[in-house]
Amino acid sequence: MTEQPKPTGKITVVALVENKPGVLNRIASLFRRRAFNVDSLTVGRTHRQHVSRMTIVVDSERANPNKVAANLSKLINVIDVQVLNNTPHVSRDLALIKVRSDDADSRNTLTEICDLFPARIIDIGPDVAIVEMVGTEEHVAEFIERIRPIGIVEMVRTGVVAMGRGTRIHDTEYEPPVFTKNGVAKHTNVI
Amino acid sequence: MRLTGAEIILECLIREGVEVMFGYPGGAILPTYDAMTKYTDRLHHVLVRHEQGASHMADGYARATGRVGVCIATSGPGATNLITGLATAMMDSSPIVAITGQVTVPAIGSDAFQETDVTGATLPVTKHNYLVTDVEELAYTIKEAFHIARSGRPGPVLVDVPKDVQNAVTEFYYPEEEIHLPGYRPPQGASEDQVAEMLDLLHNAQRPVILAGHGVTMSGANNELQELAERAQIPVTLTLLGKGAIPQDHPMVVGWMGMHGDAACNNAIQEADLLIALGMRFDDRVTGNIKTYSPHSKKIHVDIDPSELNKNILVDVPVAGDLKTVLRQVLPKMQDRSHPEWLNRIRDWQEDADERDILKRDTPGKLLAAQVINDLWKYTEGNAITVTDVGQHQMLEAQYYPHQRPSTMLTSGGLGTMGFGFPASIGAKFGMPNEEVWAIVGDGGFQMTLCELATAVQENINVNIAIINNGFLGMVRQWQELFYDRRYQSTPMLGPDFCKLADAYGIANRRVTSRDEVQSAVEFARSVNGPVLIEFQVEKEDMVYPMVPAGADLHDMKRRPKTGEEA
Repeated sequence: MTEQPKPTGKITVVALVENKPGVLNRIASLFRRRAFNVDSLTVGRTHRQHVSRMTIVVDSERANPNKVAANLSKLINVIDVQVLNNTPHVSRDLALIKVRSDDADSRNTLTEICDLFPARIIDIGPDVAIVEMVGTEEHVAEFIERIRPIGIVEMVRTGVVAMGRGTRIHDTEYEPPVFTKNGVAKHTNVI
Repeated sequence: MRLTGAEIILECLIREGVEVMFGYPGGAILPTYDAMTKYTDRLHHVLVRHEQGASHMADGYARATGRVGVCIATSGPGATNLITGLATAMMDSSPIVAITGQVTVPAIGSDAFQETDVTGATLPVTKHNYLVTDVEELAYTIKEAFHIARSGRPGPVLVDVPKDVQNAVTEFYYPEEEIHLPGYRPPQGASEDQVAEMLDLLHNAQRPVILAGHGVTMSGANNELQELAERAQIPVTLTLLGKGAIPQDHPMVVGWMGMHGDAACNNAIQEADLLIALGMRFDDRVTGNIKTYSPHSKKIHVDIDPSELNKNILVDVPVAGDLKTVLRQVLPKMQDRSHPEWLNRIRDWQEDADERDILKRDTPGKLLAAQVINDLWKYTEGNAITVTDVGQHQMLEAQYYPHQRPSTMLTSGGLGTMGFGFPASIGAKFGMPNEEVWAIVGDGGFQMTLCELATAVQENINVNIAIINNGFLGMVRQWQELFYDRRYQSTPMLGPDFCKLADAYGIANRRVTSRDEVQSAVEFARSVNGPVLIEFQVEKEDMVYPMVPAGADLHDMKRRPKTGEEA
C-alpha cells in the first residue's frame, strides 16, 4: 500500500535528539513559548544508543513547517529535523481500546469489525476485551467510531510515529563526548 | 594537575579570556568563591549589591567589548535574581555566561534550602543551559557554554554547578580540540542562487532602503554595509540597536526607524520598492502594523538565525547566513547604482522633520530632556559610550545623541528592561576602561537598581550618571496622556534627593535645573576620576515625537506640530 502525502491542517516533523535528561522539556517549552499547538508527540529510542527520535504533529493554525523546523533546529540538543509534509511517508498510530463484551451480541459484533479492519483482540474476559488497532491516524479513528456503539470503557493512543519512504535516510552519526578517567573529553566520531 | 571543580571553573574562565566577573556569594557557590583567593592576580571579582546588577553588568561588558561577559550567583534566590538580566541578554543577543551554585547532587529534588530548578526556570530565557552533575564533565561544559554564547546568534548560557561538584577533585584537562556539536551548526554564507536573486533585486530597485540592525556590528560587517550603501547609493535606516553600525553622519544614513524613529526613515520604508534587512528582526516596535508594512517593496532579509526569516514579515529572499560573509559574496558582483530622485525625496522628509525639531524652538525657562541629551552629545564630542535605561530618555538618546562608532550605544531594546542602564554602564566601563562611559537613566529606572552605587564606589569605577529626572514614569505618562485621557495612574513618582543620596555614598554630584548649567556639569563629571552623579531636573510633562501608536501603520505617525501650528 502506498500513501501519498495529502494536504491536512497538520504538520508532521521528525526530530533526532540527544538521548539525555531534559531534552523533552526543552522541546515542550519551545512549543509552548511559540504557541505551537501540539497534536501528538512521541519519543522513542532508535538503533543508536545515544539518539532518540521524536515524531511531532503540530496544528498548522499558528505554525508553518519551516517555522517549526527552524525553531526546533535552534535547540542545541536537537541533532536533525525533517518535515514530512511534502515527502512521501508512512505513519502509524496504535490504540488500545477496552470495550464491553459481556454478551454474545457485543462479542460477535466486535469480532466482525476487528476482522474487517483488521484489528486484534489481545485480551478477553467475561466483561471486557482489549483490542489493539494499528494504522494511520485516520484509519484508527475510523475503527474507533465503528466500535463505539459496542461501548468503549477505556482507551489509549500512542500518537503518530512516522518515517519518510525510500532511500532518503534520516539518521545521524552522533556520539556524545566521552569523559575518560583523566578528564579528557573525546568525540569518538570526530577523532 | 588535580583540581577541585571550583578551581576548574576558574581555570576555564581564564582560558576563555575572562578577566572580570560580576557576582554575589552564597552557600551553594562558596567553594568557587573560596577558590577565587588563588586567582586574584588573574580574575577580578566585582561584588554587586543584587544579582540582577551582576547580570546587567555582564551584559554591558559583552555589548561594549563583543566578548563574553560573566556573572556568578548562588543557588535559589541568587539564581532567580539573574533571570531578568538573562532575558534582557537573550532578546538582544548578548553573549553572557552565568555560573550558578546549586544544592548538592543528592539533595536535588528534595526542596533543599535555597534550591530552585534553575535550568528549568531559565530555559526560556537562555540560548542553552546546563546542570553539571559530574566533575569530569565540568571543563568541557564550560568550554561548550562559551562557544555557544559567542557563536552563531550570540546569547546567554547558564551553567548550574552543584556544591559537591565544585568540591569534587579530578585531574584537570582543558579540552583543546574545537567544540563539535552535531545539533548546533550556525549558517555560514548564502547560496549562489540567493546571491543572484539579491543582485537582481539590488540592480533593479528604484527606491531601495537598507535596514541595518544589531547583527551588522555583531558580525563585524560595518565596512561591508558602508560599501553597499555607497556603491549602490542606498539610504540606510538603523534599528535602535543598529545605531553605530555605520557612522551616523555618513551621507547615506537617514536615521533610525520605528515607533519613535525618524519620520523620514519610516516614510522611506513605507514608500520603498526594495528593503534590504541586514541583521535585524522586524520587531513590532519597528514595523507598526505588519499588514500595511512597506506594502510596495520586495524584501531581502539576511539573518544568522533561520527562525527569524519569515517570522514577522514575509520576504522574497530570505538568507540564513553570517552577514559579513554574505555581503562579501554579493559586493564583488554588484554593479554601482544611483537613485538621486529617491534620495531627494527622503531629503524633503528630513527637512520637514527639522522644522518640527524641539531644539529649534524657543523654550525660555525650560530645561528639556532633549536639550540635556543633545548638550551631552556636544560636550562629550559625541564620542562617549552611552548606556541608557528604558523610557523617554532612551528614545531621546536615540534621537539626539548620534553615534559614530559601533558598540557605543548600549540599550535594552528587545526586552525594554528598566534598571538595565546603570549596572550595564559599570560592566561597559570594566570592558572599555579607556572610554568615557555615561549612564543616561530616568528617575524611575535608576531607582530600580541604584543599589549598585555602592558597587561603583567600592570599585572606584569611572562612570558618569546622568539622571533625567521628570518626576514621572515619563513614557507611561505619555501613553496615558495620549490614550488614557490623562489619567495619570501610578506614574507621578517620588524620588529621593538624588544629590543627597550621592553624598551618602560619597559620590561627587551636581544638580542642574537650567540649560546654562548643563555644560559645566558635564565638564565637572568628566574631570572627576570615579563615579559622578548629575541630576537633571527637566520639564515634567514632555513628549517624545514622532510616535507611531502601538499597532498603527508605520506612516501614521503622531508628529510634533510645526511652529505656529500648535493647537
